[in-house]
Amino acid sequence: MDAVDGPLLSIRDLDVGFRTDQGTALAVRGASFEVHAGETVAVVGESGSGKSTTAAAVVGLLAPNGSVTGGQIHFQGIDLLRAGRAGIARVRGKEIGLVPQDPMSNLNPVVRVGRQIAETLEDNGVVRGPAARRRAVELLDEAGLPDAAARAHQYPHELSGGMRQRVLIAMGLACRPRLLIADEPTSALDVTVQRTILDHLDTLTADLGTAVLLITHDLGLAAERADRVVVMYRGEVVEQGPALDLLRSPRHEYTRRLSAAAPSLASARLTPARPSPPRDAPDTPDNIVEVDGVTKVFRLRGPGLLGRGRDLTAVDDVSFTIPRGTTVALVGESGSGKSTVARMVLDLLTPTAGEIRFNGRAVSGARRDRAAEVRFRKQVQPVFQDPYSSLDPLYSVHRTIEEPLRAHRLGSPDRRRERVEELMDAVALPLDLLRRYPGELSGGQRQRVAIARALAVDPDLVVCDEAVSALDVIVQSQILHLLADLQQRWGLSYLFITHDLAVVRQIADEVCVVQGGRVVESGPVDQVFEAPREGYTRALLDAIPGRSLDLGARSG
Amino acid sequence: MLRLVLQRLALLVPTLLGLSVLLFLWVRALPGGPATALLGERATPAEVARVNALYGFDRPLPEQYLTWLGQLLQGNFGVSTRTGTPVLQEFWLRFPATIELTLMALLFAVGVGIPLGYLAARHQGRALDHVTVGVSLLGVTIPVFFLAFLLKWVFAVQLGLLPSAGRLSSSMIATHPTNFYVLDGLLTREWDAAWDALQHLVLPAVALGSIPLAIIARITRASVIEVQNADYVRTARAKGLRPSRLRRRVVLRNAMLPVATTIGLQVGLLLSGAVLTETVFAFNGIGSFLATAIFSLDYAVLQGFILFIAVIYALANLAVDVSYGLIDPRMRAR
Repeated sequence: MDAVDGPLLSIRDLDVGFRTDQGTALAVRGASFEVHAGETVAVVGESGSGKSTTAAAVVGLLAPNGSVTGGQIHFQGIDLLRAGRAGIARVRGKEIGLVPQDPMSNLNPVVRVGRQIAETLEDNGVVRGPAARRRAVELLDEAGLPDAAARAHQYPHELSGGMRQRVLIAMGLACRPRLLIADEPTSALDVTVQRTILDHLDTLTADLGTAVLLITHDLGLAAERADRVVVMYRGEVVEQGPALDLLRSPRHEYTRRLSAAAPSLASARLTPARPSPPRDAPDTPDNIVEVDGVTKVFRLRGPGLLGRGRDLTAVDDVSFTIPRGTTVALVGESGSGKSTVARMVLDLLTPTAGEIRFNGRAVSGARRDRAAEVRFRKQVQPVFQDPYSSLDPLYSVHRTIEEPLRAHRLGSPDRRRERVEELMDAVALPLDLLRRYPGELSGGQRQRVAIARALAVDPDLVVCDEAVSALDVIVQSQILHLLADLQQRWGLSYLFITHDLAVVRQIADEVCVVQGGRVVESGPVDQVFEAPREGYTRALLDAIPGRSLDLGARSG
Repeated sequence: MLRLVLQRLALLVPTLLGLSVLLFLWVRALPGGPATALLGERATPAEVARVNALYGFDRPLPEQYLTWLGQLLQGNFGVSTRTGTPVLQEFWLRFPATIELTLMALLFAVGVGIPLGYLAARHQGRALDHVTVGVSLLGVTIPVFFLAFLLKWVFAVQLGLLPSAGRLSSSMIATHPTNFYVLDGLLTREWDAAWDALQHLVLPAVALGSIPLAIIARITRASVIEVQNADYVRTARAKGLRPSRLRRRVVLRNAMLPVATTIGLQVGLLLSGAVLTETVFAFNGIGSFLATAIFSLDYAVLQGFILFIAVIYALANLAVDVSYGLIDPRMRAR
């Protein structure tokens, strides 16, 4: 490519609109920023801020109802908006690579991964035939995929999320583009995997001199990885500048909120746990839950009709207690068995060995006694990860929150209505939402509804299984504050299941680090964070983005 | 893949066995009996008893069932009480016609339905799409016999383009080693006979295939639209894939899975729909034969034919399952 003076990518006053039934909605308004050759620029914002839309506009891949309504996008001096379909198609893949967000859904499920990279090379005129296949293996190897030659012959479903992301990175860099757009490239992955992949991407792009446009919702991650940060809010660029400057002295109010909410940067518990009096009593600690040497073995079906089954020990001799009125977090990566523990505490699964006691009574025993089970279900309530699928789309908000009251036949209709309104108030939702349906609510509002529903029957224990993982940082922080506040007011106990250590720090009193079905380390949060004993815990802590940043004096 | 086929074939055995019991009981639960149907209303009890004894219908049910099953295993489907000919002989005479018709109808439905649905999806919201959706709605709502009459009236009677009835022109003299007339013509190199048989197939196949076509077109359209919006299609576009490769390899192949399922389900619909179509076009298949067999309570014929249809249906769905594996590697693991 002939060297062009000026920026590699320049976006000027970009407007992007989406046609809807109510007319055109502007998703991006007057956005301007530049990416210079070899530079890494991060665009940060919450979902709906227009950051991904901006990236899609650059490569001309907006959703069918979206279009650029104003402004200019210049790439290497060429006006991409005037280049026409063919012009943009020439640039895609060859000059601008894309690493998409979700490794699970972005690979063609019916084509071998090596072939998917080879076809990229062929269609961009790099190499063809057997040479392309050989090059694909090299590229996979370069992207850090172990045993690349064998993996190239596998289909996407045979690879783990981290491996698939490496395939996508290999694909994005296959034709040695000048610019790589990485749209939340690791959000769907475990923190430790996330870290190795981002490190690898850093080295690769630095070696190749590729400029990177990194799209992320995590300010900590952006600051750690990028030279410059562009903050977007509601379709507008509200602030941009060198990463550290922006974090140390954010000028725009939204940047300040974002940096305050970023869990990766938070340093202390939201509200100090109540010094629970019973815990001071030396003889009998008041534990609401006691998990005692619990093991869960799943039998996996073997191949074929008569294939021999295989045992998988998902949870292996796990013990911990939840002192009344406190929060215990189980933290671990996907597949560590933490959710299986949660399901056993909820009595949705029966342990293979060991015992779980709730208020001193064995949990799995309750199953045999219908009345005891109903009592147990009333005292223990779950809040699940995905607020989009855990609410019945055909129930209004009112009906959703009222449902457990009806199920347990509590109160008259009038009394129930009062209770629902009380709960709406407790989770800080306006009463006029009561007649809405889940589809009409935002993610944060839905999770508040899910919490209100869980609290309706006045439970003692709430099991939060990744309850804030699907939410934007600011919303996440609001929900965590809400949970902490409710705990203080109502004396709730929480079992918090999460993969995110930063969340643990904000909400939990005690933490159990789970790896491969076993608790490898446990203790008070401060102790585990400040003096981790296990290598695995340290690796998890180091993987929190933004931890290495020295931000000087920062008010928590 | 071979393992899957063998497994499924093995599963077919208990399925058919269960079906044979149900079938056996169902046929005998029909009001009246073959003897009354054969001898008429005024038959004396003695005559009825004689006929029943002749065919073994006076034996206890379990014994009758086991006898039938034993004969089946030896390839003996029994004898028609109405015509006195072996059931198997009737099969070879009539089934090829129905299968030929069904295959042609399927070919028409798939060959037109998939491209139509695909084009509609590519032009979503534009004229071609609306026309396709409208036509497919029409295809589902128009009764088969009405469409059959309409086609016959327009193309055979008014325009005289195609033959209106039968499997072969009466002037055509041809040999029939397999009773698949088109195939016969090709095998014996009697090209004119093959061409004539093919022409006779067109209208019935179109009439029979119209509903499956409409359904296949709609499923293809919905499936392609869904796949077009999938993340991996966007990614494929972002990596600079040529449009032709994008359509073939990414969109079409991924969209075919639900279509394959639909096609498998249509086979049953086609076989049962064939009865009506055959009647309209005086097409000498199993349709009319089965209808008379029901009225005359011809046990052996009913049992044998329905069992045979079940086997065809099961094999068609096995073919669909195998095609899943060919289309989608994720299905191979199971």
